[in-house]
Amino acid sequence: MIHFVVHEEGDGVGVVVVEGIQSGNVLTGWIMEDDKDISVTARSDIPIGHKVALKDYRPGDTVIKYGVDIGKVVAPIAKGEHLHVHNVKTKRW
Amino acid sequence: MNLSNSKFFGYKRENGRVGVRNHVVILPVDDLSNAAAQAVEHNIKGTMALPHPYGRLQFGADLELHFRTLIGTGSNPNVAAVVVIGIEDGWAKKVADGIAATGKPVAFFGIEGHGDHETIRRASQQAREFLQAASELRREERPLKDLWVSTKCGESDTTSGIGANPTVGNAFDKLYPHGVTLVFGETTELTGGEQLVAARCRNDEVRRKFQFVFDRYQEVIQRHKTNDLTDSQPTKGNITGGLTTIEEKALGNIQKIGRKCVIDGVLDKAETPTAPGLWFMDSSSAAAEMVTLCAAAGYVVHFFPTGQGNVIGNPILPVIKLCANPRTVRTMPEHIDVDVSGITRKELNMDQAGDKLLDCMFRTANGRLTAAEALGHREFVLTRLYESA
Repeated sequence: MIHFVVHEEGDGVGVVVVEGIQSGNVLTGWIMEDDKDISVTARSDIPIGHKVALKDYRPGDTVIKYGVDIGKVVAPIAKGEHLHVHNVKTKRW
Repeated sequence: MNLSNSKFFGYKRENGRVGVRNHVVILPVDDLSNAAAQAVEHNIKGTMALPHPYGRLQFGADLELHFRTLIGTGSNPNVAAVVVIGIEDGWAKKVADGIAATGKPVAFFGIEGHGDHETIRRASQQAREFLQAASELRREERPLKDLWVSTKCGESDTTSGIGANPTVGNAFDKLYPHGVTLVFGETTELTGGEQLVAARCRNDEVRRKFQFVFDRYQEVIQRHKTNDLTDSQPTKGNITGGLTTIEEKALGNIQKIGRKCVIDGVLDKAETPTAPGLWFMDSSSAAAEMVTLCAAAGYVVHFFPTGQGNVIGNPILPVIKLCANPRTVRTMPEHIDVDVSGITRKELNMDQAGDKLLDCMFRTANGRLTAAEALGHREFVLTRLYESA
């Protein structure tokens, strides 16, 4: 079963595509572009559609999705944690 | 899906364009004429009034856009005939003359000097004649290239970028080689992915035009913003759905233009394209505004991917909704025409998803009502550029 999807190899986030993911769950991910599987353990409860961090981040780091910059980290994020507006912001506006 | 020799059944109009609906529209020029237009709609069953809140004391480019949108709406091949009603004759005639250039039946009525009662009586008589004539028109078989297809997404979430938007992209990549006229837009919603769009432009001239309208819209944001737009772009619904930044939203958004088709030209708001191919329209990212501009530009079928469940429709442009979010498909099924949620379960690949959308496109073009049409979603929203005089 696919719990999360990653657009490309090298992306630092995956998107949870099932409901009810809880901290401690071992998640199976599908890298769509490369049709490969990866695994990560959730360290937060993560709603469907929300992102799981695939690496540790420090403030100031850049988040890559689709192989492209999607914003800057503003609070520490550990691999497996929920990555969203509370720890990542736009660089544009 | 092999689209060679694909056909659909549409209404061929006087100017050669082909529609997939056969509406008789009662078009108010201004806010004051809504009541009369809606009374005519009530009197003559099967006509459709398009009430809106604008049309007084606009000037300059904003007024030009108002006229272009109203004339474009009336000129759309999904419309068989138009009754224009304005508070006075001058602007009503201007709109009617613009529509008449297509050769379709159109008449105008000014309210001043007559009052609502007399205007409604005369306009109803004309509307009845137009409606009965339109009801005798028949669909005929037409080649795929006669179809004009627009796209804009709404209440997107991360599943839009994974599934629904790439499905549109797959369909666009399949339609493009067959000479179909396509459009996308949402200028500010490309922020963070604008370099990828620029790279897809056919040549430097198109690229310069794209960059000009993109930069111009960024200046509008910078001039008026009071924060980092986290209350508006991404929307609250986008954020609830998991989208974090405008960059992430934009990268999902541009999946709609596929991987192969090339951007052949740039359109102003509500401007009609002059050749087949993929066009970029400088436009608002608000769903109803953008879809209204597509209808005014002459598009006859619309692809609308959603994640969290935008319920939009348009009075004259059938809006086909597709969704890859399994929760939305489960909780809002009456709004979704094409369910592509199987993509994230590997039950549906992108080629199959694109074909599923194209199948729905042909059925819609041939007359099947979309979910939005069945539910009565007729959002007609005019874009304003600035204050009235």
